[in-house]
Amino acid sequence: MAAVMPAPAASRLLMSGNEAVARAVWEAGTKVAAGYPGTPATEMLEMLSTYPDMYTEWSVNEKVSLEVAIGASMMGSRSFSAMKHVGMNVASDALMTLTLTGVEGGLVIAVADDIGLSSSQNEQDSRFWGRFAHVPMLEPADSQEAYDMARYAYELSEEYQVPAILRLTSRICHVKGLVTVGERIEHKAKGFTKNAERWVMVPGHAKRRIPLMLQREQELKRLSDQSPLNVLEPGSDRRVAFITSGPAYMHVRESFPDAPVLKLGLSYPWPLEKVAALAQMADTIVVVEEVEPILETELKAAGFAVHGKDILPRTGELAPEVVKPAVERLLRKEAAPAPEAAPALPPLFPRPPTLCASCPHMGIYYTLSQLKNLTIAGDIGCYTLGAGHPWNSLDSTICMGASMGVALGMDKGRGEADKNKKILAVIGDSTFMHMGMQGLLDITWNRGNVTVLLLDNNTVGMTGGQNTPANGRDIHGQGAPRIDFPKLVEALGVKKERIRVLDPYELPVLFKAVREETKIDEVSVIIANRPCVLTVDFKPFRPYVVEEDKCTGCGNCVEVGCPAIHVTRREKVVKPSGKEVELAFTRIDSVACTGCGLCVQPCAPDAIVHFEPVMPRIVVQPV
Amino acid sequence: MTYETTNILVCGIGGQGVMTATEILSEAAIAEGHDVKKTEVAGMSQRGGVVTSHLRFGPKVLSPQIAPGTADVLLGFEAAEALRWAHYLKPGALALVNDARLVPPVVELGLFKYPDDPIGDMRARGVRTLAFDAATLARDLGDLRLGNTVMLGAIADQLPFSAEVLLECIVKRFTRKGESVVEMNRKAFAAGRAAAQSATPATA
Repeated sequence: MAAVMPAPAASRLLMSGNEAVARAVWEAGTKVAAGYPGTPATEMLEMLSTYPDMYTEWSVNEKVSLEVAIGASMMGSRSFSAMKHVGMNVASDALMTLTLTGVEGGLVIAVADDIGLSSSQNEQDSRFWGRFAHVPMLEPADSQEAYDMARYAYELSEEYQVPAILRLTSRICHVKGLVTVGERIEHKAKGFTKNAERWVMVPGHAKRRIPLMLQREQELKRLSDQSPLNVLEPGSDRRVAFITSGPAYMHVRESFPDAPVLKLGLSYPWPLEKVAALAQMADTIVVVEEVEPILETELKAAGFAVHGKDILPRTGELAPEVVKPAVERLLRKEAAPAPEAAPALPPLFPRPPTLCASCPHMGIYYTLSQLKNLTIAGDIGCYTLGAGHPWNSLDSTICMGASMGVALGMDKGRGEADKNKKILAVIGDSTFMHMGMQGLLDITWNRGNVTVLLLDNNTVGMTGGQNTPANGRDIHGQGAPRIDFPKLVEALGVKKERIRVLDPYELPVLFKAVREETKIDEVSVIIANRPCVLTVDFKPFRPYVVEEDKCTGCGNCVEVGCPAIHVTRREKVVKPSGKEVELAFTRIDSVACTGCGLCVQPCAPDAIVHFEPVMPRIVVQPV
Repeated sequence: MTYETTNILVCGIGGQGVMTATEILSEAAIAEGHDVKKTEVAGMSQRGGVVTSHLRFGPKVLSPQIAPGTADVLLGFEAAEALRWAHYLKPGALALVNDARLVPPVVELGLFKYPDDPIGDMRARGVRTLAFDAATLARDLGDLRLGNTVMLGAIADQLPFSAEVLLECIVKRFTRKGESVVEMNRKAFAAGRAAAQSATPATA
């Protein structure tokens, strides 16, 4: 995105939590911001890249993004790193030592939890990182607070020389609300001060930093009781009092408008005296927190009798319709009903996400679905959808880059039952560079027998088409060095003759390559190269139509899985063999079709032809 | 203290413009001086999956999510999706539905069935439902992309402020694209309003 003139100070803008954080980070005079795309965190870096006077980058993974922020902080500049919850797992190696060195320029990490798993492989509660790394956590409850807390986080970070974590959830990142914004301040880098005892974390140095870290945590505890971010709202309805943080606060307030509430903005370390004061306000105290019973457990350990996960769900998002009835039942001393699995939706067909028309991954999965005896380790990206209908092609998905190690483990761990299985790994370009390269090196070094399909669509597709080293453009869309995958995988130890580069739209070539490479007992890499259809690199082709009189209802085109192909009628027929089959006659939605030709190739009667548009209706305008 | 909020649920499938429509509705509510919260869960939904966008506005909005049974009006971009979310409406509240049927691959594969008459099913559940064909209205005006503005026209007379406030927000968005684009959108808005006014809010 190109730099634009930021809105003037004091403007009241409709902003998502991500946009609000980006604005605050820019206003704080931050010099360096880095991140890796991931739902629901992506837009923070995307927005930051549009602001002037600072450096932003897509890093290859979250660990690198945090390390970049650490380096900038060491020079005395303010820095920022943003990631989704699973990204922090990757970055945590850096975090756990950063907490010992501390920071020089303010360093803020925004970590966004995908509570309810809208687009993630797991659900995690990032509040644990505050405890684990002994660093403060700020938890906004809406966009304005996200903005305010992100600005404050820099002051907190510098005052205590500590990295500050801004913990967001989907209902902060992707909720738009009104935010009053301010001005950018200039922040001068102090300059690097050589100090090996602080920055070089060898055992002897690190040992001496641990007491400092623990002392800092005690000071933060005292701060927490004085912090205006931890608000005790007395209220008049004293039947029940609440301790809560983040979006859960809004659900509590909506459900019990007049109850006493301790709202934690600086949620770790939490304020002991304020909790004690709240405990005096009602006989029943309920901790309302999303996902894990973290506060609840800590409060109980501190001697407070509180309710929490005994009445509230342990997983997924909370909402007023969840909190209110649960607490009302508690007040009436009724037993909780058996948990309901899902909200009461009418019994309708599901509408799972699908691959787009002309998606190059479709050719891959159509091919894999037509081959037998394959075991396929998958990875994280749009291509995880290959596990769904109609392809049902993936056998595992764990985490970013895991297809490599999992496939190698499948190869080395196979017993008699699997001795004839062909083991494959499927991974996208960006995921490969994020954490797959090391896994491939492990396969080659340890002489694994895996056929790797490297799906290079020149972008981070799932999160909206961000630039990567695979398309040779930086975060601003400017030209940057482009990675050469055949050279890269060869350097990682794959034999030159075992590397194939092909077009995933050419099904016979692809089919043959997979067949041949899986027969060879060593590692091969098949690089399928076609741009994602949602990016500027994709140029649509002429759309197709089905010639109705030629269609025999074989249904082969339906098996491709393209969303532009629709069944017009079904017919049951008895074959000469006596077997009953259902025919599916189809049509192509020529508005949605972008002409990749994947469906043309398996069409038995050659009924799919280019769409010849009839003359458009010309509306004659009166002169 | 409790606050009166207006709850509008907009639903459809990824790529139909649900989020943009809700964004424009938000701008209109802000122009009227309301506090506003708008939420959806993006992510995989952009790949042809289900999209719902919740808009709440009033003197002060707390929770961003609309609870089932509390929506004042439902704007459905697709017939079966409107049926899927109809239980979010308050009893007796109105649904405005584009009767387009977008059939997903899982149905084409024969794994699930698309309902024969989703609009009829909504009415059978007692939902007051106004149905119209936004795509045809847009195509007749010369551009399928006007469907979004047709939808906004349809909801324009169901808001606690005048339709002109909403129209102004649409015009503002398209001003830099030139007078002819603005004019097309004005026509689309009027067509949507007329379609909603002429349809009968039948229940079974």
